[in-house]
Amino acid sequence: MAKKESTFLNMVLTLIIVAAAASFTLATVYNLTKEPIERAREAARQEAIGLVLPEFDELRSMRLMPITGSDSLEFNLAFRDGDFVGVAVATYTRMGYSGLIRAMVGFTPEGEIIDVVPLQHAETPGLGDKIEKGKSDWSDQFRGFDPGVQVLKVRPDGGDVDNITAATITARAYADAIDRAFQTFKAHHSDIINKENE
Amino acid sequence: MGQLKNFTKGFVKDNPVFVLLLGLCPALGVTTSAFNGLGMGLATTFVLVSSNIVVSIIKNQIPSKVRIPSYIVVIASFVTITDLVMEAYLPALFESLGLFIPLIVVNCLVMGRAEAFASKNNTWHSIVDGMGMGLGFAFALTVLGGLREILGAGEIFGWSVFAGDGMLVFVLAPGAFIGLGYLVALNNIVKKKMES
Repeated sequence: MAKKESTFLNMVLTLIIVAAAASFTLATVYNLTKEPIERAREAARQEAIGLVLPEFDELRSMRLMPITGSDSLEFNLAFRDGDFVGVAVATYTRMGYSGLIRAMVGFTPEGEIIDVVPLQHAETPGLGDKIEKGKSDWSDQFRGFDPGVQVLKVRPDGGDVDNITAATITARAYADAIDRAFQTFKAHHSDIINKENE
Repeated sequence: MGQLKNFTKGFVKDNPVFVLLLGLCPALGVTTSAFNGLGMGLATTFVLVSSNIVVSIIKNQIPSKVRIPSYIVVIASFVTITDLVMEAYLPALFESLGLFIPLIVVNCLVMGRAEAFASKNNTWHSIVDGMGMGLGFAFALTVLGGLREILGAGEIFGWSVFAGDGMLVFVLAPGAFIGLGYLVALNNIVKKKMES
């Protein structure tokens, strides 16, 4: 079969057909993968919440604006037999070495940190990725950390958070994310406690 | 040209990274570990084979003056499909590669094979070419990623090779260039040996 001539009509028609076929295919794939993608994201979120909270039987979600930062934080209040047992905050920082870092921080009702897990980051493998639980035990220091007494900054900045060797920027950013969650929790503490009695 | 030769040319003789020096952006960017290199290589292979198939089928219907935009639309569609499917069914892999998947579309390798091979050959030969080139690319990325992971972090595929911190420079961007330079040299030696 001979190649089609490059006439104006042929070219326009070809591009229209190619673009239409591509749009149709992509729309189909998008619709097919929409639900599995949402399920995967939800599963990751639920897993993180489970990791940073004590046992609970009821979860209530709300969004609160942090004092600093442009985007709201998601607060997941956990209850057991009607008692408020802790809150898991999905927080973020833009101070990372490469892009946004998101983390899930669990607090006791008194504001002590239960645990922290990263949700999303693109920090340098081998250095900044030590914030992940599997890569190093660095983030274990946050278990039982009391931001009301200790300072959520790395030691070089005058805080109480141990540094990551050769990844100060990442450690500083992680502390910033946790601090954002804590400050917001503190500022809305009375609202959250009231919510408990609703 | 025999199809076996067509398939194996991508590994040493015409290796996309070591010889043709195509697709260096992902080759340097994602190869911080062997696993990342392998994942990126296989995702690129999928896009390469799929776009080669479609391009070889539609090649006679496309007027030559608009062939480049048409091929780009085909390639971009397959990249987006890979992106969506990976996020839906392989969330762990998507987490570590997510940022780089959209970049496959600007990988000269995919465009290069569509233009240089698939638009001139039949579908079967184009599939073989896509597989060979794609796996050669995956091979190169895995080797480079493995080299950087061993020297930089003392691990390979997450398995510890030696204790200690390793050489920091290999984890960072300069290590990618240094590693690539040595691997290109090594590939040249192997190639010369094979030819003589």
